[in-house]
Amino acid sequence: MTRGNNSNPGRIPALSLRVLALIIISIVLMYLDHRQNHLDGIRRAIGAAVYPVQLVVDAPMRLWEWLGDSTTSRNELELELGRLRAERLLTNARLQRLTALEAENARLRALLDVRSRVRDEVRVAEIMHVDAGSYEHNLVISIGSRDGVYDGQALVDADGVVGQVIRTGVMTAQAVMISDADHALPVVVNRNGLRTIAVGTGEIDRLDLPFLPNNADIRAGDLLVTSGLGGAFPTGYPVAVVDTVTRIPQQPFADVTATPQAALDQVREVMLIWSAPVVDEEDTQ
Amino acid sequence: MSRDRNSRRLPVLITLLVGLMLTIVPLPDAIEAFRPSWLALLLIFWAIQLPRTWSVGTAWFVGVVLDVSYGTLLGQHALALCLIVFATVRFHLLMRVFPLSQLSATIFALLALYQFILYWVNGVAGVSAPAITYWAPVISGTVIWPFFYTFLSGVRYRSRAGG
Repeated sequence: MTRGNNSNPGRIPALSLRVLALIIISIVLMYLDHRQNHLDGIRRAIGAAVYPVQLVVDAPMRLWEWLGDSTTSRNELELELGRLRAERLLTNARLQRLTALEAENARLRALLDVRSRVRDEVRVAEIMHVDAGSYEHNLVISIGSRDGVYDGQALVDADGVVGQVIRTGVMTAQAVMISDADHALPVVVNRNGLRTIAVGTGEIDRLDLPFLPNNADIRAGDLLVTSGLGGAFPTGYPVAVVDTVTRIPQQPFADVTATPQAALDQVREVMLIWSAPVVDEEDTQ
Repeated sequence: MSRDRNSRRLPVLITLLVGLMLTIVPLPDAIEAFRPSWLALLLIFWAIQLPRTWSVGTAWFVGVVLDVSYGTLLGQHALALCLIVFATVRFHLLMRVFPLSQLSATIFALLALYQFILYWVNGVAGVSAPAITYWAPVISGTVIWPFFYTFLSGVRYRSRAGG
């Protein structure tokens, strides 16, 4: 940096000039960043440089979890094993039905001459950083473009949709949660196929459905699943359950709120979905 | 000469690194909003102490790193940090002789300016956030400043005595 003469310690040479230059650079950067994604390369490079710091920050948490895991008592483990066995039995039973249903679905689709989908591929990623305090609900996950993550990819947890990737780094990726105020997600009501859009509110446990007319067939308890219409999310993943439906006669739209199914404020791991391209199985036969 | 400068730089770099960790470490929701802007405080401190070595350039670079780790508009934190460090460097001689009450008032003003720039850029870019996320760090930062200052002065004194 600059070394001035020590005779006049109060003045730093060319300070104003440097500040002016940096301000201009900042404004140009912000402009470019806001308008386009020109700067993804820079972001990625700096993100890769900051990655070790994120790892270090995350280390105590991991250590704590690891300690917790390795000091669980035998009794607890046996209990958990029993619980998991029972759960697996149940899941397997349901899975059998699912296989049958999938086969039936494929057959029916074939009958209807509709293209059938192959199954989505998933991969588990750990969450390294969550920023859900402010209006923006972002999280950083531990895999990036090196593992094939791409912008717009869907994130789910065991219960439902969590969000989607907005920026891919080399070894990390940043994702926006469905509760972010700037996030909107095309959904359908599972009961009757009514299409609408679920918009984030900035509150972690609430989504809004602002575009439903007063006479729409929707009621509390309805499950909303992804419709796949936006192109980003695969079809049929649960998103939220409708909480309240308030119909105000003077207003054109009903006031509908829903609770996200995914445990947005508790997740430590998420699954990333690679939507397999829609293939026509009939063609290959 | 260069060894002398290296031994002077290392403690600052370490504090900045620790500051970055404190900035991105997850906190419970209840106190998340009150997380002080550690890096802003650190940069103010070093700009008062060593304004020739650590001034606007460092602040700008730290700001860009902060923008990347927060995922904010690239250049937003850089701009804000750069400006408050500029103000600090301009008045660093005064701030060295300020009594604590005046210094705290100055820190409050600088942090408020910092948050205001972030708020302003957010407004232009169309991102809105509740007011508390802007005000809470200013208050917590001002409250924590005296302890922070004492601690860092100790770090500085020790690192100098050691090097």
